[in-house]
Amino acid sequence: MASKTVVPINTDTDVVAARQKGRELASELGFVSTDSTLLATAISELARNIVRYAKHGEILIAPVQSGDRVGITVVARDKGPGIANMSLAMQDGFSTSGGLGLGLPGVKRLMDEFHLVSDANNGTTVTIKKWKR
Amino acid sequence: MEVPILKQGLYLIASIQAALSDVDLVHLRDALAEKVGKFRARGVIVDVTVLDVMDSFASRTLRDLAHMTRLRGAETVIVGIQPEVAFAMVQLGLTLEGVDTALDLEEGLAFLDKKTKRHTPRG
Repeated sequence: MASKTVVPINTDTDVVAARQKGRELASELGFVSTDSTLLATAISELARNIVRYAKHGEILIAPVQSGDRVGITVVARDKGPGIANMSLAMQDGFSTSGGLGLGLPGVKRLMDEFHLVSDANNGTTVTIKKWKR
Repeated sequence: MEVPILKQGLYLIASIQAALSDVDLVHLRDALAEKVGKFRARGVIVDVTVLDVMDSFASRTLRDLAHMTRLRGAETVIVGIQPEVAFAMVQLGLTLEGVDTALDLEEGLAFLDKKTKRHTPRG
């Protein structure tokens, strides 16, 4: 099985590198092209949040298996200031509801699974999964 | 990675050749806003055919680009958004509202011809 990759995220060019790694693994695992695009786009959003809000962090991209299902898990981790208001962060920023504009609700829609952990002491970790169709 | 900007009559054509970083996108936006004045362009085409990802930053920057050039007197049309990219954009809620789009370069040129007609001085 394909192996995992860790991409350090420090600058905006790392955002591009991270999403390309995600797409590579997706095509290696035989993901349909649409899902590779969704995964790459989600990684791009998460990597950008790291650069913008935490400055430094990393993105881990790894294959996962559950029974006969194959998928990809992505963990975006930083030690930044954390998200003060998690429920506000999960509101759609593009609507009139006044979300934080982190793009997290959008990322959640692109993925099959989404998990957000954040606090001021430990930074933010977003874990997402996409299963192969 | 700098995006080449070609002058074609009254139009400027920016043909993106590879994945762009945020800084590259901002450079493209500012270069086009400036060149619209320098070349007295009436229309701008940004060809994004090769982009395999259009995330929130790219969408916002292209929208800003279109609005900036319009304020400078030129119409912008974004061409070549791939079907999968369009799908991901809609899922993210990125609709490029207020920005003109066309299927490809040919349609983009036809669109600008129609749109800038009213600016053509009468003989």
